[in-house]
Amino acid sequence: MNAPPAGLPRLLTGIDPDGPLSLQSHVHVHGPLPHLPRARRRSSPLIEELERAGLLGRGGAGFPAANKLRAVIAARGRPIVLVNGVEAEPLSEKDRALLERLPHLVLDGAVLSAAAVGADEVIVAVRESLGYAAESVERAIGERDGITLTLAVVPDAYLAGQETALASYLSGGQLRPTFTPPRPAQQGVDRRPTLVNNVETLAHVALIARHGAGWFRALGTEQQPGSGLVTVAGAVRRPGVYEIAYGSPLRGLLDAAGGVSEPVQGVLVGGYAGAWLAAERIASTALDDASLAAAGAAMLAGVIFVLAERACAVRETAELAGWMASQSSRQCGPCVHGLDALAGEIAAVAEGYGARQPALRRIDRLASLTAGRGACGHPDGAVNALLSALRTFAPQFEQHARHGACAACARPGELVLPSWRLPEPLGGRARVS
Amino acid sequence: VSRRVRVNPIACEAHGMCAELLPERITLDEWGYPIVDGRRLDGELLEHARMAAKSCPVFAVLVEEE
Repeated sequence: MNAPPAGLPRLLTGIDPDGPLSLQSHVHVHGPLPHLPRARRRSSPLIEELERAGLLGRGGAGFPAANKLRAVIAARGRPIVLVNGVEAEPLSEKDRALLERLPHLVLDGAVLSAAAVGADEVIVAVRESLGYAAESVERAIGERDGITLTLAVVPDAYLAGQETALASYLSGGQLRPTFTPPRPAQQGVDRRPTLVNNVETLAHVALIARHGAGWFRALGTEQQPGSGLVTVAGAVRRPGVYEIAYGSPLRGLLDAAGGVSEPVQGVLVGGYAGAWLAAERIASTALDDASLAAAGAAMLAGVIFVLAERACAVRETAELAGWMASQSSRQCGPCVHGLDALAGEIAAVAEGYGARQPALRRIDRLASLTAGRGACGHPDGAVNALLSALRTFAPQFEQHARHGACAACARPGELVLPSWRLPEPLGGRARVS
Repeated sequence: VSRRVRVNPIACEAHGMCAELLPERITLDEWGYPIVDGRRLDGELLEHARMAAKSCPVFAVLVEEE
């Protein structure tokens, strides 16, 4: 048995910048896959350990991992495990890093979870643009024996990683969210009880199974235990994927990323559904949901984007609002109409059309009409990011409402907004063995 | 058991019948989509909710038990 890593890194232990860790190297670093007794009717030793560990899902929603496994066990039918490696949050690179460099850590977690819920099949879903990750997973699958592991490549779209959309697509349907219930745990891929877990969540499962809940809880906070991967992007000297203990200071993470590379205006926490913090808050911010809640923020997908002072926050917000509207799967009326209208209003404020107060009142009203009224959380996330930008950058919005476009508006945007379109409503099962 | 009305927003096509049949729980937004008040339904309201569910042309109105 290898000694468990004390402190950090945990997941990123043994990472090789030159390529994926082979199965042999992976076992050398972490030890062999532990043998855990098989699933019983209502639980399994792994589920109990995950419960004690308090592991929360790392795809954004932060749902307790043990509960998901329990829901799959409780459902009728032949379970299947779906590894969500879609990572459609544009600035996030953590899942890609795991799939590209440490595929066996992820596959260990998937195989252990499959045994815990009694599944005989695992699908690893990777987004089209992450070609190298797909190659790495394919190679890793080839090195392993045991239960059936399949790679599935899904189209690029912001909602491609939404678990009901993913399950629908892999069942031959559309890559669009579905109405719940049923949740995938009840009826997912091919209507089978489907355990959908984020790549990073499964990597933690692989280590908790080896070292136990007590070890896991030695880092992090009581409510949000363990370590987590974050992607630092924007105005820092060394952007990239870092492993942190939850509850550690944002300042420390930015220092680890080489420090800010120029004067900073604010930080977007979580991802494009996340919340902005003004630069003055950096020094007092800790990286865990309970601490971030005061600022209306949460870790979500773990993206930390640093916006440079020289950029136009209003322009970035307007472009992000337009992009989030473009990524609606256009199924639910309030999401389609609400996000389009909000994007239009914000664009008008950015250009300085109309008085500020009526425009802001209309934005508030549209926001409350849009959030919470879709089949999935997309409208809620888009509204959350937009309202937090209005709060955080109030002086900049005021400036725009009065004087229109600023000098910085002409610069290219800092946020990455890929030109993704949902595929036509012709589902297809895009599995590669 | 308590019952509440819920709308499937994917199925909903803004026909608006539900808001006419159950105005105590459903109003329409500026695009014609239902804004649902999820408080429990009792007595007559429950009857109206069931009528709204039956009358929806796309079966988007649901009366859910919990």
